[in-house]
Amino acid sequence: MTVTAVPPEASSASAAPRGGGVRRSVLRRAVPYLQAGPLALTLLVFLLIPILTIVAVSFWDYDSIRIYPDFVLTNYEELLTSPVTWKTYLNTVKFAALTWVITLLIGFTVAYFLAFHVQSTTWQMVLFLVCTIPFWTSNIIRMISWIPFLGRNGLLNSGLISAGLIDRPLEFLLFSDFAVVLAFVHLYALFMVVPIFNSMMRIDRALVEAARDGGASAAQVVWNVILPLAKPGIAIGSIFVVTLVMGDFITVRLMSGGQSASIGLMIANEISLLQYPAAAANAVVLLAVVLIMVVAMLRIVDIRKEL
Amino acid sequence: MTGNSNRRGLSFYLLAAFFGLFVLFLYGPIATITILSFQGPEGGLTFPMNGVSIHWFRNLFEQQAVGDFGGSFRRSIALGLTVMVLTVLFSLLAGFAFRRRFPGSGALFYLAVASLIVPSILVSLGIGLLFNILGIEPAWHSSALGAHLTWTLPFGLLIVFAIFNRFNSAYEEAARDLGATPWQTVRHVVLPILLPSLIGVGLFGFTLSYDEFARTLMTAGSFNTLPLEIYGMTTNVTTPVLYALGTLTTLFSFTVIGLFLAGVAILRRRRLRRTGAAR
Repeated sequence: MTVTAVPPEASSASAAPRGGGVRRSVLRRAVPYLQAGPLALTLLVFLLIPILTIVAVSFWDYDSIRIYPDFVLTNYEELLTSPVTWKTYLNTVKFAALTWVITLLIGFTVAYFLAFHVQSTTWQMVLFLVCTIPFWTSNIIRMISWIPFLGRNGLLNSGLISAGLIDRPLEFLLFSDFAVVLAFVHLYALFMVVPIFNSMMRIDRALVEAARDGGASAAQVVWNVILPLAKPGIAIGSIFVVTLVMGDFITVRLMSGGQSASIGLMIANEISLLQYPAAAANAVVLLAVVLIMVVAMLRIVDIRKEL
Repeated sequence: MTGNSNRRGLSFYLLAAFFGLFVLFLYGPIATITILSFQGPEGGLTFPMNGVSIHWFRNLFEQQAVGDFGGSFRRSIALGLTVMVLTVLFSLLAGFAFRRRFPGSGALFYLAVASLIVPSILVSLGIGLLFNILGIEPAWHSSALGAHLTWTLPFGLLIVFAIFNRFNSAYEEAARDLGATPWQTVRHVVLPILLPSLIGVGLFGFTLSYDEFARTLMTAGSFNTLPLEIYGMTTNVTTPVLYALGTLTTLFSFTVIGLFLAGVAILRRRRLRRTGAAR
């Protein structure tokens, strides 16, 4: 690309005095920084510095009124020695694991159907859009919309009762761990479908044909050809789902009716009690856990190649 | 194409049924609350329908005890539009920069990816703390705007990357060979080709901001955005007025998505017609 850029550059440089050429090359080197500047500045001010602030504040001291600049380890001590923390982490990881397994199964199946069984490109586009549109609507509304379905007198309970399968409404449907995982799957299945579909669309169809000609059954093709080649998409989807669930607090609060806990919810509660240093220490540990999980998943895939 | 007819066996129909159930799972609940928002004045949060009325929609607009619904809606729209414009602009510019490696490009890329991975509540807490320490009052048009951009910019950047990876630079070379200046090349060749995808980036920017809750929580300051208002309602409103609000905002989202998709479709068609005429 630089080669093709030379001719017009050279002709204009010969017309301009020499100093202009030097200034131009300096300008040229500055161009990518000017272009990437707004992005870099935004991320610096609203992501990197805030996170460094959290790290700093996690060492501060506090009482019931305000927070004090200090260097104490009590926030971490209290956090890591409390059995509540460990129980909450266990609960959060449980939510993440359940949601991951279910969204992976759904995401892979849906993407496989779209990529390999829908023949017309138009239909593929239409059905893919049908899957992605809910992603652009409000998460909170999508959670609320489960109430008439799962509630005590909800559609599911009355349906099961009139079918004679149960004689008392099931209590565990709404405001329970079940409801939390259901809402997670509902909200985040898209994050699995899209990257897996993207990976599958890049699979060379000749490979599938070759496997079939070689006598592989449909199941063998899926397991030995498509699954390994869809791994990058699976990894990207998994990163999205796991990090979203690990950091969530609103779904857990709304769908469990305050009866279940997650790390995000614990942080949100500490924030509402103005215990910022405690919340900050909790946030630093959460960030470390999430980053370790992501790095582990990134070992499988180089995302830059997948775009 | 005998392979096709072979493939439409039992597995096709099983998978199609699974897909149908998945779509039902995605849209069923929202369809349910849409129906229930037309409950009669005596109706409750669940079936059966107690008559049919638009009582709850009217209720939504008259009853001020519900909260500042109109104001929060306006703020969310203004914020969404600002985020949309900035997301398109910043990610497009950065996309141009990333077409060549430059010192620091790797670090910036990882920072953008980190922005997707860092839990929303950390962004919210961090910006809230930072503003607190600096003594700046958080507001939806400053701190919340920044918080939203940390979520929309990485999406925008990744989409722009995907566009440029599929972009045929022969068009640019042709423009240059014909004597176009770099600016003319961008303005008359690159941007028109990228436009449909940029509309997609805009859609991401607007809708993700319009619906964002966790990142707004500690950064919105004293005036709520719509998702915060809706969340407030879930804790103290137990009438179908909640569903009426849900129906309206979802309808609004669908309208916005529809407009964006229509825009892309019109651009495509116009381009097809133009290239057809050129031939």
